Amino acid sequence: MTARNTLALTVAGLLLMAGPVLAQPTEIRIGVALEPPALDPTAGAAEAIDVVVYQNVFEGLVRIDQTGAVQPGLAESWTISDDGLTYRFALNEGVTFHDGTAFDAEDVKFTFDRLLAEDSVNAQKALYEPISAVTVIDPMTVEFTLSRPDGLFLFNLGRGDAVIVAPESAENNGAEPIGTGPFAFIQWDRGSRVVLEQYGPYWGEAPALTRASFVFISDTATLTNALLAGDVDGTNNFAAEALAVFENNVQFKVLVGSTEGETILSTNNRKEPFTDLKVRQAMAHALDRQEIIDGATYGYGVPIGTHFAPHHPYYLDLTDTYPHDIEAAKTLLAEAGYADGFSATLKLPPVAYARLSGQIIASQFAEVGIDLELINMEWAQWLEDVFANKDFDLTIISHVEPFDIGIYANPDYYFGYDNPEVQALNETLNATTDEAERLALAQEIQTIIARDAVNGYMFELAQTGVWNAKLDGMWQNAPVEGVVLRDIHWVE
Amino acid sequence: MNWQLLGRHPSLVVGLLAAVLFALLGLVSLWWTPFPIEQISIARRFLGPVAEHWLGTDHLGRDILSLVMRGTLTSFVVAGLGVIIGIGVGVPLGLAAVAWGGIVEWLVLRLSDITFAFPAVIVAILIAALFGPGEINAVIAIGIFNIPVFARVARGGALAIATQDYVAAARLAGLGNAAIAARHLLPNIMSLLIVQGTIQLSLGILAEAGLSYIGLGTQPPATSLGLMLRDAQSLFLIHPWLSVVPGLTIVLIVIALNIAGDGLRDAIDPRLRHEGLNHGAG
Repeated sequence: MTARNTLALTVAGLLLMAGPVLAQPTEIRIGVALEPPALDPTAGAAEAIDVVVYQNVFEGLVRIDQTGAVQPGLAESWTISDDGLTYRFALNEGVTFHDGTAFDAEDVKFTFDRLLAEDSVNAQKALYEPISAVTVIDPMTVEFTLSRPDGLFLFNLGRGDAVIVAPESAENNGAEPIGTGPFAFIQWDRGSRVVLEQYGPYWGEAPALTRASFVFISDTATLTNALLAGDVDGTNNFAAEALAVFENNVQFKVLVGSTEGETILSTNNRKEPFTDLKVRQAMAHALDRQEIIDGATYGYGVPIGTHFAPHHPYYLDLTDTYPHDIEAAKTLLAEAGYADGFSATLKLPPVAYARLSGQIIASQFAEVGIDLELINMEWAQWLEDVFANKDFDLTIISHVEPFDIGIYANPDYYFGYDNPEVQALNETLNATTDEAERLALAQEIQTIIARDAVNGYMFELAQTGVWNAKLDGMWQNAPVEGVVLRDIHWVE
Repeated sequence: MNWQLLGRHPSLVVGLLAAVLFALLGLVSLWWTPFPIEQISIARRFLGPVAEHWLGTDHLGRDILSLVMRGTLTSFVVAGLGVIIGIGVGVPLGLAAVAWGGIVEWLVLRLSDITFAFPAVIVAILIAALFGPGEINAVIAIGIFNIPVFARVARGGALAIATQDYVAAARLAGLGNAAIAARHLLPNIMSLLIVQGTIQLSLGILAEAGLSYIGLGTQPPATSLGLMLRDAQSLFLIHPWLSVVPGLTIVLIVIALNIAGDGLRDAIDPRLRHEGLNHGAG
């Protein structure tokens, strides 16, 4: 072979190699911190499940968009009766599950019968408890009858907990999810990643991506390196402490948005001394919200004074109810009979915002004489001790469910707030559909729980995504849990 | 040991001095640190070394010098207790193996083999996973992997002595196995134990730092050098100083202890240089 031939071949080879590089990539690898325990969003509370499958593998009758508004999903349209008790959904034609079975009204009925059954393991079963019947009118029409009006009914239908599953595959969805979404589940390498691939016969508009992997990387330093090395193309929520690495790097874009996570110093209202309003008020005065936000979220959290998301139209700014005031806190403690302070435990789940806030709060409480013992726990232990057995004094947790003020009307909830007034207001709120009235009721509840200092209200968790600068279409905010791949695409 | 001896072993002097200095630094933190270690002040975080904070402040605005002092104390206490457990259980086992021999010796050796079969840190992780993270469990974990090390050193040293004439004479005089072990074997292997103890102390400090680094050792708001490294890890690209300080401290302490250990070995018993010491499992 002559030198000229070699050169020609080399050039030809290079051209061939350049071919695919010039085309727009259609794959994405997303780094996420937590691996889901299973992949069935209707049978588990873990946010990590929704991150992978919500709106990607599974769809509901309606879907929540990036602004938190309800959009048509598997139902192309719906009508609501005047009394707000009957919802009739017209379903989309030509929808198939990933195993090839057709989707129709029977699947919808099956899904909700399963969700509401005695032995249902759905994490949010209570949200759907107003449903008294699901009736199949014809294969493409389904009717829901409610026992009472529910202002959030459509939103709740759009949550990951209410995605439509098929009777043929529902059993195995935990390990091998089969839904109707634009992406089909391919494989799950436990401890490493989940791979999804575009589902060809998808009924709606095909997404730009053909393949997506969710790579599980729990360690911040490892994730930082993976992003810098290009091993992953982005992550929906990166640790705020190391965000500065990417902020001034043109190869990356940092998306700071809101979540539905009210992060609170959850207080056991059943237990001495927290049964005393004055003690709770003193603790509220002792908290320096801004310092916690700066220290635990590097300034990305948004201060809250009550249990409500600041970007929600019903939100009322109550952050000044109990301003940071050490003297006031000491006086209140003295009035409550704890002039010398008291000791309590603070149980912390294994998330950075809780561990950091915990240390900061311990230091702040020490100034007014409250001595906190920090107890670090794993998730399983925290869920059992704190959430299920209510065996705790104080804990720090982010409540990520949207519009979850109803938990203050449940005296059996883990923090045990029992106020008949709030319970009555919440019942009225649930049964009200008029926007202006709902706003007034929601704000009244916000005011009462803030005044009662039920929990220490700290901040709304921010979502801080880091993505390759050439990616577009990611959600900046997280009105529901999930990383929706639908609109994500590469741009040059 | 006399001063002349020390003069002939400069590395021993340097190592001992440095190790004692670090130990003192830790001890002082019991009564005094430049700033209270629990005191958090977000407004003052990430200060580099300044006049007020010689080593700067960490991600919660705590004084790093204070943290290093208290962390050093934690390291020494945890590793020291681990060594005490190792000596307390391991040495009697090793001496018993020599004094009684037979089935006792076989049992002691096989137990050591079994413990040695598992890397020390794996054993420590297992213990911490079973009994939960915390300093006390770190002490137990480090103690357990020290036991076979000391059992072997004690047996090895005692074996050489057990054949000496005076031991035979003691036996003829009617002394029992236990008495021989206590009166003749133990005093003669003391130097060996001191040297091995120094080495195990440095390994224990590394193990404590490792356990705390993976979250199984010391828990906040207490602090240790490993925990400081853990906290600094995700900030390494932005604030490398936070990792450098505890990291260097660990390195310096371990080097100091190792130099001191080697120096002691040479100074106390020149013959040991040729026999070599069991460096244990790391």
